[in-house]
Amino acid sequence: MHGLTPILSTVTASFLASFVEVVEAFTIVLAVGVTRSWRPALTGAALALALLAALVLAFGPLLALVPITVLQFVVGVLLILFGMRWLRKAILRSVGIIALHDEDAAFSKETATLQQQANDRCADYLAGLAAFKAVLLEGVEVVFIVIAVGAAHAQTFYASLGALAAFVLVTIIGLAVHRPLARVPENALKFAVGLMLTSFGIFWTGEGLGADWPGADLALLAIFAIIAVASFAIVRWLRDARTAQGAAR
Amino acid sequence: MTVLRLMLKELVGMFIDDGSLATLALMLIAAITAAVKLLALPPLAGGVLLLAGCLAILLYSVRRAARRSGQ
Repeated sequence: MHGLTPILSTVTASFLASFVEVVEAFTIVLAVGVTRSWRPALTGAALALALLAALVLAFGPLLALVPITVLQFVVGVLLILFGMRWLRKAILRSVGIIALHDEDAAFSKETATLQQQANDRCADYLAGLAAFKAVLLEGVEVVFIVIAVGAAHAQTFYASLGALAAFVLVTIIGLAVHRPLARVPENALKFAVGLMLTSFGIFWTGEGLGADWPGADLALLAIFAIIAVASFAIVRWLRDARTAQGAAR
Repeated sequence: MTVLRLMLKELVGMFIDDGSLATLALMLIAAITAAVKLLALPPLAGGVLLLAGCLAILLYSVRRAARRSGQ
């Protein structure tokens, strides 16, 4: 599986999913840097990245020991759970049933917490810990995404490139604007990522079960298209129901 | 230990948000896997059923959330 379609879909899925996670981590690191100082912010972030790298180096090679069909099945099932969770949230946010994620609000919340701790003797430690936790927790998701979209078809290298590109892009934009990236269309990105990860999940779980998808890798695009059409139909249906209910009141 | 607990919590949270969505998806996958492995359902048919089932579960889950929010 090294045609252009799977490589592009792997890089795109990894880039978009990582982009969302890196933006969230960046918001917290920026809040720590601006409110306290850059030393604890960058130290916390660097330590978290080092821990993530150590975990990947320690556990990554173990994946090679797992038979490919088992790996495809397990990763496929996890991707279905992960992707459908994002898709569900994105659909509910699109129609206003749950609130959109707000980077400005996350930034203000973190800033307020850090200001409360400003007089604490270990304020630098707490600030560094906040950056460490944000990078570690969002980083765990990035690591999973890279492994999940890459490992089942030996494309971890391409998936890593997508994640690295997201990291570099967010860092460059973030350093340039020096404030939370609140204008990123996060829900649209999460919608697209949810569609992609769910498609990958169904495709690989099917392959893990032994399915010989018609059109081989191109079936991934067909699955994506079907899920996208169905998801947009659900959004439209929920919006219409909401409008009809509003008119009836 | 706190870091480990945080990471584990984050890992579980990555897959389980709405408990019923995760449970139904796992039940669907288990049923299809059993049908393919034990009842000789063609794997491709299993894949197609998986796609249809995931969409049905998604529809059920968002409909339930919409109802709960007062729609």
